[in-house]
Amino acid sequence: MTSLNTAPDLTGRNLSKRRAFANRTATILIGLCVLIAALPLVLVAWEVVTRGGSALSLGFLTEEIPRNYRTEGPGMGPAILGTLAITGMAALIAIPIGVLGAVYLNEYGKNRPLARFIRTMADVMTGVPSIVMGLFIYVAYVLVIGEKVGFGGSLALACLMLPIVIRSAEEMLRLVPDELRQASAGLGARKWRTTMSVVLPSASSGITSGALLAVARAAGETAPIIVTVGLTYIYKPDLFYGENTTLAAQIYRNATQPFAASQERAWGAALTLIAIVFLFTVVSRIIASRFAIDKR
Amino acid sequence: MTATATPEAPAEVDLGGEARSRRADWGFRTLVTAAGLTVLAVLGLILVTTSLRAAPAFQDEGVFGFITGTRWAPNDDVFGTFPMLYGTLVTSLIAMVIAVPVSIGIALFITEVAHRRSRKYIVTVIDLLATVPSVVFGLVAVLVVVPAITPAYQWFADLVAPVPGLNAIFDESNTGRNYITASLVLAIMAIPIITSIAREVFATVPETDKQAAYALGATRWEMVKGAILPHSFGGLVGASMLGLGRAMGETIAVALVIGGSVSIAANLFEPGNTMAAIIAQQWGESSGLHQDALIAIGVELFAITVIINFLARVVVRRAEIKMKGAHS
Repeated sequence: MTSLNTAPDLTGRNLSKRRAFANRTATILIGLCVLIAALPLVLVAWEVVTRGGSALSLGFLTEEIPRNYRTEGPGMGPAILGTLAITGMAALIAIPIGVLGAVYLNEYGKNRPLARFIRTMADVMTGVPSIVMGLFIYVAYVLVIGEKVGFGGSLALACLMLPIVIRSAEEMLRLVPDELRQASAGLGARKWRTTMSVVLPSASSGITSGALLAVARAAGETAPIIVTVGLTYIYKPDLFYGENTTLAAQIYRNATQPFAASQERAWGAALTLIAIVFLFTVVSRIIASRFAIDKR
Repeated sequence: MTATATPEAPAEVDLGGEARSRRADWGFRTLVTAAGLTVLAVLGLILVTTSLRAAPAFQDEGVFGFITGTRWAPNDDVFGTFPMLYGTLVTSLIAMVIAVPVSIGIALFITEVAHRRSRKYIVTVIDLLATVPSVVFGLVAVLVVVPAITPAYQWFADLVAPVPGLNAIFDESNTGRNYITASLVLAIMAIPIITSIAREVFATVPETDKQAAYALGATRWEMVKGAILPHSFGGLVGASMLGLGRAMGETIAVALVIGGSVSIAANLFEPGNTMAAIIAQQWGESSGLHQDALIAIGVELFAITVIINFLARVVVRRAEIKMKGAHS
């Protein structure tokens, strides 16, 4: 028992200098990476809140947009309405199709070649640039009906949301325990009834949360909007008639101008847009954590 | 299951369902299959409709001439898009050079270094970074960062002026709207997506491998080098390609900070343009063949990003299968 009376040194205090130095340097560099990512976020938050905050007022949220870049004063009401209406319509199109598509992938298709192919292509579709979606809707819809309308923007945003909704909803359906499906089938329910009244309800919070995240992402999209929706200065609640506008499009349009008045409106619009996106994200998080079915 | 058994058996139980119910099942199945197929339909329609619309522009220059031509002059109906392809490749590759190491670092910090509580905050920061709309990044970049950073570019150009080679890449310039600024913005926007996939990849590294490395006396960094990185290499390549595809397609933020000159400059401090950005910049004033040419750029961009994304998914999936195969 004499050979083992000294316990091995596990403190790491006797590491060679070189190894200790490499380890410490790596740890510091890795920590630095986090700072590099946090810095732009802090910068964006600070600039948008301070500059946008001074532009924000009740009038800014409700009044119509000044036609001249140089006109001082508020007005982004039509863009706020446009953002909510166009994104909302996009959600109405993309979420039902996306959820049903996810039902196909997880309940019917499973590992069949077609389902695997759709899964891969949905992943590929998330990588299609948003401007290409805009061009697609411009060619396939705007040119066909002959004018730029808000609904064109909804279609483009729906195309962007669809793959995100499908993939996130499928993840959630996969978490539903098979015992539920078997129990429902054992009671004599057909597969469509099992899916509609057992599987989808038990995954509903996860699906809602994923869908809201997709909505938040879509609300900030600019490129497809400027291609398909055009521009307006007044309230246009009708998505099927006349050109429309959104906050993101207004930020882009006003940021490119050298005039202080339009830049101030751009900052105000940025703060409003971030507030909307943030709201959707937070609600999505709350739903996800509050009603989560227990994951694995 | 028909009632032929003992007398006390219950009355006939109908498990077959009525024809109506069977039709409902069939109808539901058709409905969800159709919903799944919309993905393929949309992708197919994008390719067909935009290509048809872009055909005149491709015919005008020839597909090869359109891609390799260096002169873009809408007023003369000359459409060569190589400068834009060059700008897209340069900005997104520089963005990856910055974003990939940083993202891997963040993912390592989250999985290996951070304590449970701080981990949550860091993940939130990265998630928030992903939710900021690109136009807001562009706004901050063009109105705040560009004026502030232009003197720094100047200083750096003066610093490397005596160094041959470097002084061609970082030469004098009078604007902050250039390739480098666009690359920086793209890097920041690519970090969240690369980080999230890198985290998934690192999560597949078997705990036993890590513990084995520690048991052999490895420091944390040696464990990362010896156990985590070799195991995750394929997945990280896929993650980088996904980030690259995302960076190549980014439009608005780049359109705001790239400057918008159609030229091929080795000097990264000079303004340029990218494929996605020029569509956004010139869309409003375009018509006729010019507009067709912009749509043709979109088709080219679509083809490139789809190929890159497809390859990336294949790489990631193959890496996943390899890991699962080795350790299940």
